[in-house]
Amino acid sequence: MSPAARLVTLSPWALGLGLTLPIAAGLAGTIAPALRGQGFAALADWPGLPGAVALSLGTGLVSTLVALAVTLLLIGCLQGTAGFALLRRVLSPLLALPHAAAALGLAFLIAPSGWIARALSPWATGWSQPPDLLILNDPLGLALTAGLIAKEVPFLLLMALAALPQADAPRRARIAASLGYGRAMGFALTTLPALYRALRLPVFAVLAYGMTNVDMAAILGPSLPPTLAVQITDWMTDPGLAHLPTAAAAALLQLALVAAAIALWCLAERGLAPALPALALRGMRGRTLDPALAALTKALGGAIAFGLFAGLAGLALWSFAGLWQFPDALPDSLTLKTWAKAAPDLAATSLTTLAIACAASLAALALTLAVLEAEARRARPLRIEPLIYLPLILPQIAFLPGLQVLALTLLGAKGNAAIVAVAHLLFVLPYVWLSLAPAYRGWDSRIGLAAASLGTSPARIFWTLRLPMLLAPVLTALAVGVAVSVGQYLPSLMLGGGRVETLTTEALALASGGNRRLIGATALLQMVLPAMAFALALALPRLVYANRRAMLARQEAG
Amino acid sequence: MTIPSMNRRAFGKTALSSIALMAISPRLALAADWDAVLAEARGQTVYWHAWGGDTKINDFIAFIGAQAQERHGVTLEHVKLASTADAVARVLAERDAGQTSGGAVDLIWINGENFAAMKEQGLLFGPFAEALPNWPLVDTAGKPATVTDFTLPTEGYESPWAMAQFVFEYDSALLAAPPRTLAALKDWIKANPGRFTYPQPPDYLGVTFLKQVLYGVMADPSALQAPADDAGYEAAVAPLWAFLDEIHPLLWREAKAFPENEPALGQLFADGEISISFAFNPGRASAEIAAGNLPDTVRSFVLEGGTIGNASFVAIPFNAAHQAGAQVIANLILDPAIQAAAQDPATLGFQTVLNLAALTPEDRARFDALELGVATLSPADLGPVLLEPHASWIVRIGADWAKRYGVAP
Repeated sequence: MSPAARLVTLSPWALGLGLTLPIAAGLAGTIAPALRGQGFAALADWPGLPGAVALSLGTGLVSTLVALAVTLLLIGCLQGTAGFALLRRVLSPLLALPHAAAALGLAFLIAPSGWIARALSPWATGWSQPPDLLILNDPLGLALTAGLIAKEVPFLLLMALAALPQADAPRRARIAASLGYGRAMGFALTTLPALYRALRLPVFAVLAYGMTNVDMAAILGPSLPPTLAVQITDWMTDPGLAHLPTAAAAALLQLALVAAAIALWCLAERGLAPALPALALRGMRGRTLDPALAALTKALGGAIAFGLFAGLAGLALWSFAGLWQFPDALPDSLTLKTWAKAAPDLAATSLTTLAIACAASLAALALTLAVLEAEARRARPLRIEPLIYLPLILPQIAFLPGLQVLALTLLGAKGNAAIVAVAHLLFVLPYVWLSLAPAYRGWDSRIGLAAASLGTSPARIFWTLRLPMLLAPVLTALAVGVAVSVGQYLPSLMLGGGRVETLTTEALALASGGNRRLIGATALLQMVLPAMAFALALALPRLVYANRRAMLARQEAG
Repeated sequence: MTIPSMNRRAFGKTALSSIALMAISPRLALAADWDAVLAEARGQTVYWHAWGGDTKINDFIAFIGAQAQERHGVTLEHVKLASTADAVARVLAERDAGQTSGGAVDLIWINGENFAAMKEQGLLFGPFAEALPNWPLVDTAGKPATVTDFTLPTEGYESPWAMAQFVFEYDSALLAAPPRTLAALKDWIKANPGRFTYPQPPDYLGVTFLKQVLYGVMADPSALQAPADDAGYEAAVAPLWAFLDEIHPLLWREAKAFPENEPALGQLFADGEISISFAFNPGRASAEIAAGNLPDTVRSFVLEGGTIGNASFVAIPFNAAHQAGAQVIANLILDPAIQAAAQDPATLGFQTVLNLAALTPEDRARFDALELGVATLSPADLGPVLLEPHASWIVRIGADWAKRYGVAP
């Protein structure tokens, strides 16, 4: 066996150990010492517990359900239309928008003193002062749910688009259409089952994120009580350190909740699974559904794109604004002051961020490719796959403090970019895996078989057939990795010892000051790096396959 | 600005003696020692962990860095934090990892609870503050908060750098005569429902508002300087809850939501959602007007009888890699030129910790020349400074607030 082949064979082991060891050490370091106190008793005594648990479950489940429904509607009702191409182009770069920035943009849009109210006041509303309406931070978490939906639809859409070619969508759609099925019904009966199988894990990641996120919940969610994740972070960062046991107990509860929610989801899947065949047996063509569903989908997709874009535009405008008071729809004056002040910091911070993002995503890509290739050569599914999702499902705050102590013990105090990149790898890897694995596994293995029967080595099949044919999903996975890395806050802060300044640590430090002008500037910059990566991921295949249109069509089916 | 956090921790254990404070300074030997510190500091890079949420403060720290480089050859790196607790947690993690030297944190902007926690856990280097060459300029007599951090004596483990005092803010174009007593504020809130709120405890500014109310409604506010005792606590704070019960239905969002912190409160004020706001920095309103974030009709006011005030400090962790450089920075911050720059509303608008009477005429002239700004009250108009209550009060009030109002009915 060649050294390269040996590396490929060993890569699943490397992946499994590389993921479990730091996480186990981190969990032990964070939770075990803290549990020596009266954590669970203190947690049970907290009067906000039922509310916080209900909020975490409610916002997480509802936002995931709606985001998934919208994604499927978008693909089922609009795919192939001009509107879909537009939406896709508009939504893809928004994947790179950091959660905190999306939340702040949305908050400025819908608040009683926000942009929409300003645009309508006083001429339409009669308001000279913002009305006292509870829109943000509402007790039911509706604003938070809306924010999560808006932020997760671009992610799920991208994941679905990556999986579509393997679901053989165009052919199935044609067959369904030729049998007289409407667009939506045809999609539900033919493409959906295969597509959903590929979307399951991303959906779980979205569910776990919805339940454990801190940035969006702190900005849009209620505070009497807040979601469990926000409360854990408050306890973890309490300077008296007295609440660490409570925080650790709550982190365990959080973990159990995520597991319960996923179990609940699986039960629902099982319950709903017979519905599709039952529907098929009734033979309804559902052509009359299409116009209404298409209109609904356009409205939902449009609302999400509008919410994210107008929010971002609002923040962008703030970054150039002088005095901007309610009810003025636009600032009194425009100024470059904010940007001029932010500029000097910019170059160095952006470079560090980019270097870390590239290192982490390339490493994640190499590892993912090696493991997927090992799986393909063994022709047996991997048992370690569930491990890959651990970093997505565990609350970061539950194992990062322990990991920080571990890194300190092993490596000394100097936080540096390399350690941060390694920590990012933990969180980048699952997303790279998520966006690449379906396409990789869906590759038509008969092509490889044909090549092998002609005497081609596995390595040559990989380099000259599989990889080139999968160029688009590989590049998309890389871009997703860059976006995820750029958005990391806690790992950068904790393992960088505060010395590794990234755009996101900078942005969140600024966000704690609530300065909309600066938040606008940094949010735009935070978007630029991942947006460039996505632009490359879209452009490169077009360049490489400029004279191989069929390849392009294959990669972008839909 | 931020005062890193409120003080929730009981620290009855810290037996203190002011005699120990006196005994530290045989000043003659200091000059030579300080030269050694300066020599060691030259060429060092000091990592100052400080809240990074305010560009004015960030710019000011960069300005201190430029001065440190120019005067002492010390490089200053501002590690921008979202919360001071992050730096405390970092030092704690280093200690847990057995790292007793060469730590990542050289200097922390700190006070109150974070200081109490670090001091109690033995995580601080020192005492060093009283040995700094600029220490004699500090107004320890006129501004007792420079040596007493939330009733905990600093004992030289932290060095002050700015004074803060609680002031209210309002727009004089919309509100002619602001309420100047707590009772008048209550009447105003009743007459203007939805136009007043406070940051949600345990945010330090929200808790400071509770303390301010407590001073106004307690029968004997002097009890706040001693630890809260079980016997008298409930009765003593009952008027506070009565006051809050009365105003809550009339607050912004009927008290079903609260702003997170001082910047969030300031944003509500700037957006016109609330009509009376407050801050822990008498110069904030002027600085915000200068920055174009508030209209120039905004003014500030205090309550009759005084408002709460305290100081911000810098401290050095026990395992800091560059303790000499950190001391040089702590001393530089007390330099009259730097302090005057901090008090300039065009830069920061923070109140100085120095005793102006102790300064040379040229240095005093720097302060006399400052334009305080349209919204800033003169030192005379700021009125008396009320001392921070003992931490035990805050612990219990914070917990009780969470019990009473932390979960919406």
